[in-house]
Amino acid sequence: MPTLRESYTLLLERNVRWEGAFATEPTEAAWASEAIFFVRALQVEGDLSHAEARVQISPDGMHWCDEGTVFPLPDATDAVTFGRVSHFGGWLRIVGEVPDGVAMTVIAYLVLKG
Amino acid sequence: MTNPQLYTHPELSRFNPLPRILYYDDFDDGMHGWTQLIGNYEGSLDSILPEYTDIRPPQLSNLTMWDTGTAGSMTGSYALKMATRPKAGGLGLGIKRQTFRKLTNIQLECYLCFKPEASELKLSATDVRAFGVLFDIEGGYHNPRARWMPHLRYLNALDGQRMGKWQTKPETRAIQKIGGSGETVSHFHLGPEGWVDIPGADQIVCYNEIATKMNWSYLRISLDLEAQQFTGFQCDEQVYGPDGMQVIRMDAMPNLFNMLNVAFWVETDNDKRAFLYVDSCVLSAAEV
Repeated sequence: MPTLRESYTLLLERNVRWEGAFATEPTEAAWASEAIFFVRALQVEGDLSHAEARVQISPDGMHWCDEGTVFPLPDATDAVTFGRVSHFGGWLRIVGEVPDGVAMTVIAYLVLKG
Repeated sequence: MTNPQLYTHPELSRFNPLPRILYYDDFDDGMHGWTQLIGNYEGSLDSILPEYTDIRPPQLSNLTMWDTGTAGSMTGSYALKMATRPKAGGLGLGIKRQTFRKLTNIQLECYLCFKPEASELKLSATDVRAFGVLFDIEGGYHNPRARWMPHLRYLNALDGQRMGKWQTKPETRAIQKIGGSGETVSHFHLGPEGWVDIPGADQIVCYNEIATKMNWSYLRISLDLEAQQFTGFQCDEQVYGPDGMQVIRMDAMPNLFNMLNVAFWVETDNDKRAFLYVDSCVLSAAEV
């Protein structure tokens, strides 16, 4: 029998409204070697065509820096976007800012594999 | 120990399992089916009871601290971690769902530790409000019995004051209809109200002296599925109950026959994340 790799999907946000600045809760990912953040829009209120999420990494889950990966936020209901990262150490989250006057309701996942 | 063959078993010798092991989960090799709790819904996620909308999911942690690096778990690198949001009263919970075959005695054992996020350079011993273990159980299809939900929690602190006592919960909130089909209901059973002290069950569980030093504690909880009662519990060297240990009881529900769910949870007392780590756990039974 082959030893299969471990994989796990965390629900970071579910039916949560984002407006202004947002940040997902810190996730421990030291066991994983690759990760994909998915964001699906359950509802969009306004123009999100230029809104983005940034992946951040951290040595301790409290102090964060940009990892470099940036991906667009979904700009239509049920649209899904993703950001893919590897070599990220122990902690992951996404942050971003929804433009003034715009809001979105999201479901956000972190898919880990290692 | 009930099974001398386990005395020298390198992984199970630290437990005292009943003769049949239903599961042994060491989180060094994965999540073992522990997952997030969500409230029931129908038609829309908006139908979930508000208390159930944001109970945070479990994850795998290697206990990395900002000041000392990685501690690892008790017997390896990884532990199951329940984490709250940084908001007073927030909950983090991991649940595992299975069914049972025999109405017999069962027992859950684990090694765990609890801590607040180490975001302040001080003791922080009263930041975690509580951690606990709950079961959700219902009789078999041809032997319908009431659903019952034994809840045991360690109330560490409340409103910043050290409490250090074990409690059970005799009542859940009112059952509410979800959606319009008549098929779905929900009730919130982890509210802060209605917890009852177990007589004599006061204890200061080892916290250590700063927020980044972890000590693993042993916890055993024993149940009688036939009598639908706790039969006692143990934390480190302290043995308590079953006198004064109460359970939530309700009518049997049509889709939950033979259910045997177990959950670990943690609750924060202030606007700081609270963490509960479980190194490993064993659910065992007198017979299968």
